[in-house]
Amino acid sequence: MEPAVELIDAHKYYGPVQALRGVNIVVPRGELVAVLGPNGAGKTTSINLMLGMRKPTSGQVRLFGLDPNDRRARSRCGVMLQESGVPDTLTVRELVELFGSYYPHPMAPERAISLAGLDEQAKRPSGKLSGGQRQRLYFALAVCGDPELIFFDEPTVGMDVESRRGFLDSIREFGREGKTIVLTTHYLEEADELAERIIVIDRGVVIADATPAEIKSRVVGKRVSFTTALPLTETDFRGLPYASLDVSQERVRLFSSAPETLLRELFNRGVEIRDLTVVGADLEEAFLAITHEAEKEPVA
Amino acid sequence: MSTAVTMDVAPVGRMLYLQTRAQLVSRLRTPAFSVLSLGLPVMFFALFNAIYGGSRASGVLAGEYLLVSYATYAVANVMVFNFGIGVANERSRKLDLLQRAMPLPPVVAAAAQVLFALIFALIALVILFAYAYVVGHIRLGAGDWLDLTWRLLLGSVPMIGLGMAIGYGTSANSAPAVANAIYLPMTFLSGIFIPFALLPGWIQKIGQVLPTYHYGQLGWNVLGSHVANEGTGQALIWLAGWSVVLLAVAFRMYRLDESRKFS
Repeated sequence: MEPAVELIDAHKYYGPVQALRGVNIVVPRGELVAVLGPNGAGKTTSINLMLGMRKPTSGQVRLFGLDPNDRRARSRCGVMLQESGVPDTLTVRELVELFGSYYPHPMAPERAISLAGLDEQAKRPSGKLSGGQRQRLYFALAVCGDPELIFFDEPTVGMDVESRRGFLDSIREFGREGKTIVLTTHYLEEADELAERIIVIDRGVVIADATPAEIKSRVVGKRVSFTTALPLTETDFRGLPYASLDVSQERVRLFSSAPETLLRELFNRGVEIRDLTVVGADLEEAFLAITHEAEKEPVA
Repeated sequence: MSTAVTMDVAPVGRMLYLQTRAQLVSRLRTPAFSVLSLGLPVMFFALFNAIYGGSRASGVLAGEYLLVSYATYAVANVMVFNFGIGVANERSRKLDLLQRAMPLPPVVAAAAQVLFALIFALIALVILFAYAYVVGHIRLGAGDWLDLTWRLLLGSVPMIGLGMAIGYGTSANSAPAVANAIYLPMTFLSGIFIPFALLPGWIQKIGQVLPTYHYGQLGWNVLGSHVANEGTGQALIWLAGWSVVLLAVAFRMYRLDESRKFS
């Protein structure tokens, strides 16, 4: 069975700007994948190529083994874009019914509406929805065709904590039903708790492609935090093995590949340390370390 | 498998129906937009019919002549303003992006826009005709009302091209200005607002090549060939030529917009 998505050595230029520099992503059916990266890394461009919204300058894109602009392939995909709009004056129900008609086997409009938690707003014009409700409408439009593969491009941007939680639960539910899900995000915890596999993109290349646990284990090092009697400045750490240092008043937070050496040296320098904690890296640090490595060794 | 027949893609008919209905419903719920398109032709006709309607020339009641003028104006108005500016608005509000990501064929989306415009133009005509009949006491033969209707809808193809070219070639901010700058002079120079015979000779020379001129001629032929300056056949040939030109421009604008966003 062909994979749901294949992006093979995809390069993309926007005029002189190189957005993708040879991206390889294969998503087998039924997988829940998070594409992670800082803004401008090439996440949205990758999604747009997968959807056929943009064409690669070179390389290949296939959806279910077909050209992404093939209607048969498109009819198996739902999508929630980062930037888009729907007519303000049409109601939630009307829009869900309309978008369902684009698909061969849509779910009942009521089902899509209640999956999105919009039952009470079904008769409301889309222009009168709040920001969070609007996002949920786009969710309903993404799933109303009952597609096998759903793309979510930064779906939780602008959502409050509670709606974000509910939203992630719905996505997870879809994953459990055997749907293939490709999600872009720059929230690391989102990728960590949701995805079976994380693809990290930075400056147009894939710099990591592994499970969340594997990505975390890639980073040797610990997060160190402590307070000091006297406020420190960055110069106090000169020559020490640290990264992403954050000093505010007496509170110090940093990341170190050799915490023992660092602490010994600080004691030697006569720094008084209290409330010391040393813990393993979470995904955020792993991510920072990975993107940092990539920066040091630019891809030719 | 639960169903005996599995479809790979959705049926186009239902898609086109719902897409057209959505266009129509969403536009009708934007009153500022529709009132202008539906109301202006009636207002102009009411005014000029009250002033000149009773007079007769070449055996034709001036009111009937004016009715054809403003019916032409009404349909062309819908194509250039409701349709053209509407498309520019949709684009600026990024309605085209999500639609483009859907399994909705672009040709179905375009067909729905054209169908919407034709239905909306028909609504404008029915309102104008109803006013003319009830208030303006205009009595055309039953066949003539229908004849006029199909001529105006068929002859609006170049106007659809113009509307589409404006819709895809301009931004929401500039669309109304561009539409007015192109369309208003055209209607004046073509004898739609002021009878062609009253225009100075040099203006007539310009007017005679415009699509709106031949569009008007197509309509006036309903009242008798002696009322129009050219026959139905000749008007249709001119309009066919303009259709090719303006639809080509529209298609070019569409492709340019497409290549900016989706290449």
